[in-house]
Amino acid sequence: MNPRILAATTGRILRQLRHDRRTIALLVVVPAVLLTLVYFMYADQPTPPGQPTAFDRIALVMLGIFPFVIMFLVTSIAMLRERTSGTLERLLTTPLGKLDLLFGYGIAFGLAAAAQAAVAAAVAYWIFDLDTAGSIGLVIGIAVLDAVLGVALGLLCSAFARTEFQAVQFLPVVVIPQLLLCGLFVARDQMAGWLQALSDAFPLSYAIEALQEVGAHAEPTGRMWRDVAVVFGAVVLALVLAAATLRRRSG
Amino acid sequence: MDDAIAVRDLVVDRGGRRVLDGISCRVPRGAVTGLLGPSGSGKTTFMRAVVGVQLVSGGTVTVLGQPAGTPALRHRVGYLTQAPSVYADLTVRENARYFAALYGRGRGEADRAVRDVGLAEAAGQLVATLSGGQRSRASLACALVGEPELVILDEPTVGQDPVLRADLWARFHAMAAAGTTLLVSSHVMDEAARCDQLLLIRQGRLIADDSPAAIRAAAGVDDLDEAFLRLIRAGEATSTSTDATAARESA
Repeated sequence: MNPRILAATTGRILRQLRHDRRTIALLVVVPAVLLTLVYFMYADQPTPPGQPTAFDRIALVMLGIFPFVIMFLVTSIAMLRERTSGTLERLLTTPLGKLDLLFGYGIAFGLAAAAQAAVAAAVAYWIFDLDTAGSIGLVIGIAVLDAVLGVALGLLCSAFARTEFQAVQFLPVVVIPQLLLCGLFVARDQMAGWLQALSDAFPLSYAIEALQEVGAHAEPTGRMWRDVAVVFGAVVLALVLAAATLRRRSG
Repeated sequence: MDDAIAVRDLVVDRGGRRVLDGISCRVPRGAVTGLLGPSGSGKTTFMRAVVGVQLVSGGTVTVLGQPAGTPALRHRVGYLTQAPSVYADLTVRENARYFAALYGRGRGEADRAVRDVGLAEAAGQLVATLSGGQRSRASLACALVGEPELVILDEPTVGQDPVLRADLWARFHAMAAAGTTLLVSSHVMDEAARCDQLLLIRQGRLIADDSPAAIRAAAGVDDLDEAFLRLIRAGEATSTSTDATAARESA
């Protein structure tokens, strides 16, 4: 990796995003609109005494899921565009290293996700009174890490997609099972053993658990840091695998 | 070390078909070498092998004294793909500055590269809004911005107006005079006359490797188009007569 090339690549990806005003608007507005929907869905649900409200429980998890899903999709498409437009092949003939490109995407979309998470968290906390024991800063930090996880998995999956149709199909294959088993719908310890094992193997489960730890404890817990470390490890592993599947020579 | 490119017995198969069939040739330094041949003759595959992005089945390609595709060569070789490979959602200037940064060049060099291809007035325009000819010149600017020692240009003048085409050829010769080596592909024979040296390939085989004057003299005609036709016919006649001899001998 080369810091100058990495910075140029990150800047280039952000500049591409800046020219696409509608995408920026969608990135910022959609999570806030969906949170509004969730707020009114659960507005009249009774809350058992001593438990967090349904909105508190679900909105917190959604703050981590939006950036993951959206950045996975955006990255898969962006990388496929690099492939089909010939820019990827051209980049691979320049001094750019594969990791410069992959980390460039990770950093650029991570920054976009930070803006998105900040707006979504502001809406959740200040308009809908989201209540968490831990700090809003930690929630945004974990949301950004989730976004980077989405980017890393998107980069890895895009190596196996030849067309846009295939790339979009990776959403139900890679993302939805992780959503179903992350503990949002059924608590992880109440699932059948084999489902729990699957859930343990999915990085998103740890990302969601980290958010739930922030929700329940005023101070960062050891379990939260362990979860963050697991997600970070998954990001690095996915990026290294993505670099290994990116070939300079093709037939 | 006198040759910029030395190719020995190059064989490439793509999709079960032999695309290059035992090509051996040399490209001299500091000259414009034309790679001529009809569409589908293997020109692009040959160029990809020189740049080092093509998987080859046999033979060797040595570029500037090193095996093609060696990491150090990526600083010294510029490649223009046939389809313009620039970012459609960036402006011409942003594209040039990004590729400049990959080669460690600054904004000044990027702006000059844009001027040199006659796009100064369109520098602030998004590539998506350019005409086909302008887009391919934007792509050319990105290939030249790193001031590489060896420039591989795949059909750089297609779709350009005659005045611009003449300007571009004047620029290629100025670069060669300054010591740069250029390998330029074309399927238009009137461009062959502008080259210092010619490689003619047809159906994956090298048919001629000489200066335009020597090729005219060998064929006994002034028109290069006609000269190539005679060389192809002569080649076919020889191979049929050898086949006939071989058939007689085996009988």
